[in-house]
Amino acid sequence: MKYPRPSAGTHPPNDSPGYKSTTLRHPKAPLVIIPHTLSELTGPVYPYGRPEESDSDLTRQHSGEPLGERIIVQGRVLDDDGRPIPKTLVEVWQANAAGRYAHRVDNHSAPLDPNFSGAGRTLTDDDGRYRFVTIRPGAYPWRNHPNAWRPAHIHFSLFGTSFLSRLITQMYFPGDPLMPIDPVLNSIPDERARQRLVSRFDIDVTEPEWALGFTFDIVLRGSDATPMET
Amino acid sequence: MACLTPFQTLGPFFDFGLVIVDGDIIARPGARGHQIVIDGVVRDGAGDALPDALVEVWQANDAGKYRHPADEQDRPLDPAFDGFGRVATDAGGRFTFKTVVPGRVPGPDGRLQAPHLAVGVLARGLLTRLVTRMYFDGEPSNAEDPILALVPAERRSTLLAKSVAPDRYRFDIKLQGEGETVFFDV
Repeated sequence: MKYPRPSAGTHPPNDSPGYKSTTLRHPKAPLVIIPHTLSELTGPVYPYGRPEESDSDLTRQHSGEPLGERIIVQGRVLDDDGRPIPKTLVEVWQANAAGRYAHRVDNHSAPLDPNFSGAGRTLTDDDGRYRFVTIRPGAYPWRNHPNAWRPAHIHFSLFGTSFLSRLITQMYFPGDPLMPIDPVLNSIPDERARQRLVSRFDIDVTEPEWALGFTFDIVLRGSDATPMET
Repeated sequence: MACLTPFQTLGPFFDFGLVIVDGDIIARPGARGHQIVIDGVVRDGAGDALPDALVEVWQANDAGKYRHPADEQDRPLDPAFDGFGRVATDAGGRFTFKTVVPGRVPGPDGRLQAPHLAVGVLARGLLTRLVTRMYFDGEPSNAEDPILALVPAERRSTLLAKSVAPDRYRFDIKLQGEGETVFFDV
């Protein structure tokens, strides 16, 4: 079993000066390359937290409906050979429609929504599919540089098949004018890699007179099925 | 071959989205082995504690067996032990795990590795996950561990949890600068 290493340019460098908070938080010594042992080739794959059905609908976690534009976000979780990853935990968290997180540290002046917490979780099905119902998050200001605004995004957390396949990322929305000037998204060197974080509007996922649909497929590191040459 | 989805930072507001109830308790009551508590602080290059980091660990049980299909060793699983822990640091950058000392597992050439936990660190200001390992200071098998052998000798101590009291270990994580923890490219 062999997990190929990611190609250069796929992931952002931790030293990304445009994103100020990286300054004191990126290691300066070179990473030490190590072989993959059983400790890396295994990982937490069983369904932690055993999400319930309601955990995937962020619009139904309170007595009333949240304000904002209801959306469906769905897609498939695959490995880099294109194989679906079934029964893997997908966790999401996001700001409300006004661009405010229901988090004690967020002091943006936009209003909280008593009917929206902004966290969800689900397991992929046998075909690697996941689906959330939520509210389109708002853009919000941050203090990275003067007049800095994050494009609308939903945070995603996935485990995949081993310790090596762990992924934390953010999903963006097509056409958002803040994307070209966002230091977090643009920390990814490769334009094609950046585009893989942009969901696509999907009329086939959209439900008539109810909610727009967006598709976001996620590709995690997987084990190379090809036998190793000796 | 499909192209990988890139990493992005957790941001500052993650802990309500990444809650695992009892994420600090890796060994549940009745787990076999030597019960220990591990705690530490995550610090940045200025020595300041990170109140917005997430520390994840993954380890074998007392018998040196991982709860995972890729572990085909003929060793017992433990119903009170899964092996995964996840904790957000508190305002003082602190994290704590309650677990057991893991058994030894095979290394790349089949020789046994020293007892260790695989560790992932995520935070605001970190655009990817940093990967390291926690070993146990004073453990004789550290001297023959194939992964520790790849680490420059003068930096190995950053991977060793220190015994600070009976059954209690301290493992600080320094992201940058003097005493910088060794991080791995996996």
